[in-house]
Amino acid sequence: MAKRRSKLKKSKWLVNAVLAVICLVWSIPTIGLLVSSFRPAADILQSGWWNVLPHREWQTVEQLTLPRDTDLREPIDVKGQTYTDDQLRAGVTVGDERYIWENRRARLLNVQEKHWGAITNFTTQNYEAVLGGKEYKIALPDGGTKTEKGSGMGQSFWNTMAVTVPATVIPILIASFAAYAFAWLRFPGRRSIFVIIIALLVVPIQVALIPILKDYTSLGLNGTYAGIWLAHAAFGLPLITYFMYNAISQLPKDLFESAFMDGATNFTIFSRLILPLTVPALASISIFQFLWVWNDYLVSLIFLGSQPEVQVMSMKIANLVGSRGNDWHLLTAAAFISMLTPLAVFFALQKYFVRGLLGGSVKG
Amino acid sequence: MELRAGKGNALRLLLLSVLVPVLNIGVHWLIFLFFRDSGLPPIANAVLAVLWGGLGIYSIYYSFNWLVEQYPDQWKRRLLPFVFVGPAALLLGWLLVLPTVRTLYLSFMNANSTEFVGFANFAAVFTDRLLVTALRNNLLWVVFGTLLCVGFGLLIAILADRSSFERVAKAIIFMPMAISFVAAGVIWKFIYYYQPEQEQIGLLNAIVVAFGGEPQAWLSMIQPWNNLFLIAILVWMQTGFAMVIFSAAIKSIPEDMLEAARVDGANEWTIFFKIMIPTISGTLLSVTTTIIVFTLKIFDVVMIMTGGQYETDVVATQFYRQLFMYQNTGYGSTLAIVLLIAVIPVIIVNLRQFRKEGGF
Repeated sequence: MAKRRSKLKKSKWLVNAVLAVICLVWSIPTIGLLVSSFRPAADILQSGWWNVLPHREWQTVEQLTLPRDTDLREPIDVKGQTYTDDQLRAGVTVGDERYIWENRRARLLNVQEKHWGAITNFTTQNYEAVLGGKEYKIALPDGGTKTEKGSGMGQSFWNTMAVTVPATVIPILIASFAAYAFAWLRFPGRRSIFVIIIALLVVPIQVALIPILKDYTSLGLNGTYAGIWLAHAAFGLPLITYFMYNAISQLPKDLFESAFMDGATNFTIFSRLILPLTVPALASISIFQFLWVWNDYLVSLIFLGSQPEVQVMSMKIANLVGSRGNDWHLLTAAAFISMLTPLAVFFALQKYFVRGLLGGSVKG
Repeated sequence: MELRAGKGNALRLLLLSVLVPVLNIGVHWLIFLFFRDSGLPPIANAVLAVLWGGLGIYSIYYSFNWLVEQYPDQWKRRLLPFVFVGPAALLLGWLLVLPTVRTLYLSFMNANSTEFVGFANFAAVFTDRLLVTALRNNLLWVVFGTLLCVGFGLLIAILADRSSFERVAKAIIFMPMAISFVAAGVIWKFIYYYQPEQEQIGLLNAIVVAFGGEPQAWLSMIQPWNNLFLIAILVWMQTGFAMVIFSAAIKSIPEDMLEAARVDGANEWTIFFKIMIPTISGTLLSVTTTIIVFTLKIFDVVMIMTGGQYETDVVATQFYRQLFMYQNTGYGSTLAIVLLIAVIPVIIVNLRQFRKEGGF
């Protein structure tokens, strides 16, 4: 028994170690983004973000000025040894020291030693640049400044809000009313409509986009909030209705009967009794739909694409990637701004999110 | 509240039945016009839009319910369910069911939908080099994406179950699920970044260089393997989903069942293959289908990372391109229908499941 336990302990240690490595691998991409978003633009392009961690690096401890007439084509004499010009250009290591040109023309040579060091220049300039819509100043590596136009992520943040909140509330309200009817009312077509809803659960939205786009163009709904709310509502409806049906149909039947006896109408039962009782289910599916819409790119690209002033964040970032793909200071800050809300929702309401996932996934 | 169906009452009902829908449409149309033309500052716009979106829908239900309440009891009972289901049915009909039928129709038409071309578009999908590449890549996504997500998900779920920091580990693995593919695209583009002849600031190339290798332009290198670097992003994001669901399934396996097997001398491998896998096979299947459906529709990652260049196109990106760049509604619709056909088995399974659970 004792032997077994020690074996178990050993395997637990191994499990922990393996899992820790996996977790590290999983979190490094996000950490890299977060760290980079606070580094000055010039630094990001010159050194990897991991250099903010303490690491051994060559630091110049002394500068030698060689005689002006040193011939660079001949072996060069440094502290009694000779090296070629190529060696000194790349840096040559002797014992603990390294010799590398600081300035070849002035014959200035750096003598470096390895020391612990870290690059700890941080700035919030990237965020100011990305959030603002107006001109902003950016510090250049040589100490000067440059003026550029902001990316207007601040406005897109609010656009995303204006798209996401109604696109969450509307389908959930509509789906809950429908789910109530499916669960507790009898009417012709009840079964066939529900079967259609189940069939629609996994239908790819691509099959709907072209005709909707045509309708929206003729109705003038392209590039409007109302248009994208309705689109998101329709695409989310099957899953939400199915989810809410499961929640509402599980409520005890006596509840309805006694409420009816008291003369309550279906509408009052729904708003005074059912909605409060299904709050956990509502919370789960709301988070699900909220994150879905917040993170969406395809639907907004197609229905909001024509109007720059209503662009949501995902479109803004995608445009930045396309037009300024090497401006990592802007990209990282913009991406992190768009992640803030989902991450806050996720960490605050993780329990509900997981519950929604468990309920929603089973049917794909 | 017994209402006598007198003539005056009937007239009043008729009037109300016309007035309530007309008022609803009118009021919301006016609000819509106000929003479209107002040019409010974004914050005010957001707040007002949220108010309209929430209260507006509720008021529609409220007014129609009130209208139905005016009818005699027998009618009330018959009409009320349609007030409750109606909006959902209308929305689904207008924006999902009808469009699907219309897309099917368009897939038999030429590029600008003026001429019937029969199955020509479908033939093109399976012969045109661009489209065939998209199909092949989508297959790569489905196979590798699903296998890796399910495999890692299961592995991590089992490890987490036995570790000393389950909650933290699960939160870390799950976290990428909350962020968008666009943001994840930026994160990974930075990891794969390649600067010729300079210090490598992309993590992957820095690692390669540290081990003495040559830095690579990962996203454009030897095709079709660059697709795998895109699939890695999906794995990073969706493994958390598989893990959470597997974790719940593993926890529901009765502890004494596992204990009994251990007492009988079964080692952990036997327990895994002979007890765990059969017990959670249902969950395994449903997670696999969910991820397959998800990978079939993959769009954002490819769009952000490569835009479909370097032979990384998938069906959904090619769909977008046919539609907006080549203005070819025929090919676009056909690609959408191909996606639909691919999910039909899943639809059938779902409907069977529904019937098996007793339906109604």
